[in-house]
Amino acid sequence: MAHTQPALDLSPKVSDEIRKTTCYMCACRCGIDVHMKDGPDGKKRVAYIEGNRDHPVNKGVLCAKGSAGIMQVNAPSRLKTPLLRTGPRGSGEFREIGWEEALSTAVGWLNELHETAPEKLAFFTGRDQSQSFTGFWAQNFGTPNYAAHGGFCSVNMAAAGIYTMGGAFWEFGQPDWDHTKLFMIFGVAEDHDSNPIKMGLGKLKERGAKIIGVNPIRSGYNAIADEWVGITPGTDGLFILSLIHCLLKAGKIDLEYLTRFTNAPVLVNGDEKSPEHGLLMRDDDGKFLVLDRRTGKPAPYDDPAVQPDLAGTWRKAGVTHQPAFQLLAERYLSDDYAPEAVAERCGVPAKRIRHIAGELARVAFDEAIEIDRPWTDFRGVRHEKMTGRPVSFHAMRGISAHSNGFQTCRALHVLQILLGSVEVPGGFRFKPPYPKPVEAHPTPHGNGRPGRPLDGPHLGFPRGPEDLLLDAKGRPRRIDKAFTWENPFSAHGLMHMVISNAHAGDPYPIDTLFMYMANMAWNSSMNTSGVDKMLTDRHEDGRYVIPRIIYSDAYSSEMVAYADLVLPDTTYLERHDCISLLDRPICEADAAADAIRWPVVEPDRDVRGFQSVLIELANRLGMPGFTDEDGTPKWTDYADYMVNHERRPGIGPLMGFRGDGDDVGRGAPNPDQLDRYIANGGFFETHIPEEAAYFKPWNMAYQDWAVGLGLFDSPQPYLFSLYVEPMRRFQLAAEGHGDVQPPDHLRGQIGKVMDPLPIWYPPVEDGHVDPVEYPVHALTQRPMAMYHSWGTQNAWLRQIHGHNPLYLPTKLWHQHGFAEGDWAKVTSAHGCIVVPVAHMAALNEHTVWTWNAIGKRKGAWALSQDAPEATKGFLLNHLIHELLPPKGDGLRWANSDPVTGQAAWFDLRVKIEKVPPPDEAQPVRPPITSPVGQGPPDLAWKVGK
Amino acid sequence: MHPAPSVIVFTSLSGLGFGLLVFLGVGLPPVTGWVALVFYLIAYGLAVGGLLASTFHLGHPERALKAFTQWKTSWLSREAWLSVAALLVMAVHAFAAVFLDSVLTLVGWTGAALSLVTVYSTSMIYAQLKTVPRWNQPLTPVHLLSLSIAGGALLAGQTTLAALLLTLAAAVQVAHWQMGDSALSRSGTDLSTATGLGPGTVRAFEPPHTGTNYLLKEFVHVVGRRHARKLRLIALLFGYGLPVLFLLFPGAGHVLGALAVVSHLAGLVVSRWLFFAEAEHVVGLYYGKRVA
Amino acid sequence: MTELPATTQKKLGLVIDLDTCVGCHACVISCKGWNTENYGAPLSDQDAYGADPTGTFLNRVHSYEITPEDGPAQLVHFPKSCLHCEDAPCVTVCPTGASYKRAEDGIVLVNESDCIGCGLCAWACPYGAREMDAAEGVMKKCTLCVDRIYNDNLPEEDREPACVRTCPAGARHFGDLGDPDSAVSQLVEARGGMDLMPEQGTKPVNKYLPPRPKQDRAAETDTRAPQLKPVAEDTKGFFSWLDKALDRLPGGASDPDKGGS
Ligand SMILES: Nc1nc2c(c(=O)[nH]1)N[C@H]1C(S)=C(S)[C@@H](COP(=O)(O)OP(=O)(O)OC[C@H]3O[C@@H](n4cnc5c(=O)[nH]c(N)nc54)[C@H](O)[C@@H]3O)O[C@H]1N2
Ligand SMILES: Nc1nc2c(c(=O)[nH]1)N[C@H]1C(S)=C(S)[C@@H](COP(=O)(O)OP(=O)(O)OC[C@H]3O[C@@H](n4cnc5c(=O)[nH]c(N)nc54)[C@H](O)[C@@H]3O)O[C@H]1N2
Ligand code: SF4
Ligand code: SF4
Ligand code: SF4
Ligand code: SF4
Ligand code: SF4
Ligand SMILES: [Mo]
Repeated sequence: MAHTQPALDLSPKVSDEIRKTTCYMCACRCGIDVHMKDGPDGKKRVAYIEGNRDHPVNKGVLCAKGSAGIMQVNAPSRLKTPLLRTGPRGSGEFREIGWEEALSTAVGWLNELHETAPEKLAFFTGRDQSQSFTGFWAQNFGTPNYAAHGGFCSVNMAAAGIYTMGGAFWEFGQPDWDHTKLFMIFGVAEDHDSNPIKMGLGKLKERGAKIIGVNPIRSGYNAIADEWVGITPGTDGLFILSLIHCLLKAGKIDLEYLTRFTNAPVLVNGDEKSPEHGLLMRDDDGKFLVLDRRTGKPAPYDDPAVQPDLAGTWRKAGVTHQPAFQLLAERYLSDDYAPEAVAERCGVPAKRIRHIAGELARVAFDEAIEIDRPWTDFRGVRHEKMTGRPVSFHAMRGISAHSNGFQTCRALHVLQILLGSVEVPGGFRFKPPYPKPVEAHPTPHGNGRPGRPLDGPHLGFPRGPEDLLLDAKGRPRRIDKAFTWENPFSAHGLMHMVISNAHAGDPYPIDTLFMYMANMAWNSSMNTSGVDKMLTDRHEDGRYVIPRIIYSDAYSSEMVAYADLVLPDTTYLERHDCISLLDRPICEADAAADAIRWPVVEPDRDVRGFQSVLIELANRLGMPGFTDEDGTPKWTDYADYMVNHERRPGIGPLMGFRGDGDDVGRGAPNPDQLDRYIANGGFFETHIPEEAAYFKPWNMAYQDWAVGLGLFDSPQPYLFSLYVEPMRRFQLAAEGHGDVQPPDHLRGQIGKVMDPLPIWYPPVEDGHVDPVEYPVHALTQRPMAMYHSWGTQNAWLRQIHGHNPLYLPTKLWHQHGFAEGDWAKVTSAHGCIVVPVAHMAALNEHTVWTWNAIGKRKGAWALSQDAPEATKGFLLNHLIHELLPPKGDGLRWANSDPVTGQAAWFDLRVKIEKVPPPDEAQPVRPPITSPVGQGPPDLAWKVGK
Repeated sequence: MHPAPSVIVFTSLSGLGFGLLVFLGVGLPPVTGWVALVFYLIAYGLAVGGLLASTFHLGHPERALKAFTQWKTSWLSREAWLSVAALLVMAVHAFAAVFLDSVLTLVGWTGAALSLVTVYSTSMIYAQLKTVPRWNQPLTPVHLLSLSIAGGALLAGQTTLAALLLTLAAAVQVAHWQMGDSALSRSGTDLSTATGLGPGTVRAFEPPHTGTNYLLKEFVHVVGRRHARKLRLIALLFGYGLPVLFLLFPGAGHVLGALAVVSHLAGLVVSRWLFFAEAEHVVGLYYGKRVA
Repeated sequence: MTELPATTQKKLGLVIDLDTCVGCHACVISCKGWNTENYGAPLSDQDAYGADPTGTFLNRVHSYEITPEDGPAQLVHFPKSCLHCEDAPCVTVCPTGASYKRAEDGIVLVNESDCIGCGLCAWACPYGAREMDAAEGVMKKCTLCVDRIYNDNLPEEDREPACVRTCPAGARHFGDLGDPDSAVSQLVEARGGMDLMPEQGTKPVNKYLPPRPKQDRAAETDTRAPQLKPVAEDTKGFFSWLDKALDRLPGGASDPDKGGS
């Protein structure tokens, strides 16, 4: 009997149709090919999802969450119909109602607020990908109380980047993956740019480029790094400033770059008595002044002939003024920043710091690259070549989510700039609409009047104390106290403070809390158990302290149980969505790109796209902006808005196929626009011309291209801010200058943390919590195969991460005599949890960690009550508080960065002890009644035959 | 390996059944008529019952006939053929003995040989598996064959022979355990060959899924060392020791004979349980699972 | 048929780069998705929303921690699916002929309509590459996406395994390992590609590229990088260096290209 084998059909039909849209399993927003097949009922159903090869973001690849989308659109946890609460808050007991009742209920609650006290509506939108639209809605409602999730996410990164160089890491830019030779990645587990980072790392590996990972935990990206710096949490700023010290000392800085493109040579007012002390000096035309080496005299920075000096002095009227760089160099050359001085605090040996500084210097200067591509700068100077410093950096929440994160992010950007590695070949590159200097961003607005729109967009970038949102008595205008002396640069709001402040009636009570897509009763709140109490707390007369809660979710999350009115959303394959250049687009360094989602399947439940519901509410409320003078609605639904809304004449949410279909960026609304997007794969991309590809902030070819596209109305070249003048304005106020004055108890803090040159201070929690009693840092990381709380309902993904141990380093493991299967009690100054532990050697010896948001409340997500997520899984959030423990000074100190209000998740300190295993991870919260029942036991999913 | 009850029952009973058939085939005892009927009923009951039990763990028992196709390469297929052949040939022998009162010696010896080879083929299903070092040793067929023959002798009422064979089987059993205990380490397969990683010590960090899976359920069964030692003593005592004692008891009658059989059966099942439960599949290495 | 073909025309397989794999599980899920909808029975899940969810997966990603004698511990993410062995014991043990190795490309497959679900092939596989589907009672394994790689209904560039197509880091490569000139063979050659459990004698076709040596230690012996020779001992010295350095800049006082002044 010889070898025989059956005949196989090697070319089976793959699907009946491919519909191309955009993934929504995370903020990365990859393009997907949704393969459709006819289901048993003859209706088209999703059969298989893969990456769209033509898409600018993912170029065909797809992560685990994206591929598991089919389990998401079919999840049993999907909400089915609007719900009105019947039981007490938090119980999960609801009555199913129709949309008419839901909408009229909401309108009933909102109408009075709109007409009398719009600020009594707090509208916060979590993981929103339509912020330019939801913000527009809130602005037209007239409430100052709007933000999305950025304040607890990564505002430190965003704000530090924008103030320093007109754009940040995050989604604002990317390393030049094709040219970089040394890549350093700080505090990243997954990032918003999930797939592009993996693709980029793959490219580096293919070329044999070197990767250095700076992270207390050596998993994921850090596992494949060639060198690992297992830094002690919260000390990156010190480590980076020490690298700067080494580079300065060795003269390894890009002087030409610094003189041309940064405010290093700009003169700083040295007159200690002046109200302008420390501000940058300008000529009568308002142009920055630099010292011209030819004359020793000041000259405007943009004179093409000027040779700016980086040191030196200019004496005028008996006062000496110096270039910003001189202040910078004097500070960081100090021995305080020598590797030996910082090594112990950082947990990184001095030799190691020197070695890395040496590597940076070697690659940046000895391995510099040149591209033969002439370009012309804003001074009109033509450059024959593009010189690149092929070192690049990326960082995310590991440095951002600390209370010293803003300044740490600043330090990192200063390092990049000193090396001349921003917007050069091999360095870090912006993605449109960035670069965009602070001046091109709005300032914050918070002046609401009944029945009228807010005076401008909510969120922005203060240039000085007069931009703070304080009323005449100095009280915060916003419920989250954004843009106040406690956190002046809170450019993304403070979503983590909303419930706490609303409960405390501080700065004022509100009536309706309206939330969208944020699991604030669970994993996105600090102090989960406390938030539960605040949401359910009642006055003596039985009324809830937070009177009304409206919530829109697509799934049966923990937060749903706390809503009075639930507006069920569609899933991402069932609705229109707009990934807009007005918002957080999907551009690449070489191209501008935006995208849509469209209903590739019809909902099989009584649910509606949330944005369309907002339009319906606005129309019923007769909100300005949404309705004409006579009250006629401008748009019927979100798709209509996406096509026909114009922010400025000719500029709308989508840049592609405008006018008659050929206009890009600017052009009249085109009724066929969505069809064109669909035909084009769900996205539109327009490439940046080659000569505009680098040096974008100063490159006139880029500036002109950006104006043409409608990113700006006029060219906006600018200098990078090694020295951030707006910060100095706050310091000046703290020193007593100006009309807008901080309260006395914050003067010291403002004076310290608003330093216009990067500083490092220990995480604020260290000053409130005894580091000896709580010696261990506790962190979370995102698992690559799970998205926050919403991955759990996914039958495939929950097999990968169904519960989460707390990982302990070898030293702690042995010290406490742990063995496999053991449990530990973990205590912070604020609370305690009892959880399973596991051993990890590749971990900073003072750090423990777990995967984020795996633990689940019993009864949520259509899981059985004995699901491992609810019995063994846990949240670290129980240990974290939105306020720091009282210091005895009678004041409430937020557990946030004092510059931006960024939630300081990773400042957490704990102590650990071994305890006998309990039945379940502690604390156990009482179960929620599931409004959607429980999922089926078995799945054998197949759409086709 | 997961000690699946159906597999334990199958291998234990059919081994005994075929062992008995061996003796019946060679005419020990030389029975005919009703007595033969009883013997054959017992032998066929055990052998066929065992075979049937083995189909319980199949995903598709209705396709069992397909298992006859691959005799050239597959020991399982060979076992299927051989067992059917043995049972058919012995059926002829049995028919003659029971109903014709005649002994077809040649048929009997052929049947006995086939029964032996059947047991051998069963043993080779295990012994061939490099993935389970404890089984992948020459003593595995010897162990299963010696047990089968000893059990057969016991059932066939061959008192002295049974005592002798049981003692022999016990020795093989002990040797099999002993060789088995070091088999995995001798096999050269460990986490570093499994992953190719090193230098340095390699440790399984996070499993691919927090839940369990087919592989873990099927292949990873951890028996505590103390527990195993206890069970081994029980297997030795009941499977071999007591039966021999009962058999050698002066004037051992039917009662003691029956007791010897029952005791042997109990010991046999324990031994077979250990055969599976103690066998470590190398795939466990990938999951960081090794006997404590 | 369970007899292995004497030779196969090609040896199609995967090359997995352990130096690049970040452990994202993308390949795991794309494999689950493709093979649930395509070849044979869907990959089922049991207790999908309950206490003990389990399911059939053809590709799983492990992770291992290595502690070198000197130097900090490392983590390696380790995807594992069928290695399409040349001497595939899973094939020869199969009593029904359901398991077979294709003569043309060496892919090891299970013909599900012949499979009795005895599980023996899974016992014989040292790598844990076969899983019995609990709903269907047949053996499932990586098909090397045989229904993709030759599929005329797919664009040419998509005729590769789902897991390879999706891997964001590009850590998975597909090709003919029997052809020494193929890209995958070259990669194996260049990077010292290795077999898993070579002592089992299965001759796996799939190869693993080992992690490149870490440079954690090198860092600490490199005491003072030559790049970091100080330009001056103190701040004052630094500024006088700066002054001279600025002169050397293009257009500066001593710019070589400047031609006098
Ligand atoms: N300990 C700790 N806690 C953290 C963090 C940490 O690092 N450590 N990280 C913080 C950060 S950065 C963030 S961004 C937050 C994230 O936390 P959240 O913003 O709460 O994000 P999710 O858990 O994803 O929950 C969002 C909600 O949106 C719902 N949803 C999903 N799809 C849709 C849809 O299509 N429509 C609607 N209407 N709703 C939908 C989900 O069901 C879920 O209830 O967590 C924060 N919490
Ligand atoms: N798969 C998946 N992707 C996601 C998400 C998800 O839930 N799942 N969420 C999305 C969201 S909302 C966000 S905000 C991004 C966040 O993406 P990341 O910024 O990658 O956020 P985290 O996962 O919180 O990882 C923080 C990292 O910082 C490290 N770290 C903590 N403290 C320090 C420190 O002091 N110094 C240094 N150097 N490192 C430190 C931690 O070890 C961890 O590796 O991910 C987005 N992408
Ligand atoms: S990274 Fe994954 S989840 Fe996020 S958008 Fe892309 S495919 Fe979807
Ligand atoms: S998809 Fe690629 S990087 Fe991700 S786990 Fe699989 S092989 Fe590794
Ligand atoms: S890996 Fe396992 S299943 Fe695949 S061919 Fe080799 S032995 Fe067979
Ligand atoms: S389970 Fe199926 S493929 Fe595997 S050996 Fe048995 S019959 Fe063959
Ligand atoms: S080749 Fe296909 S079947 Fe095999 S692991 Fe990859 S995706 Fe799964
Ligand atoms: Mo976030």
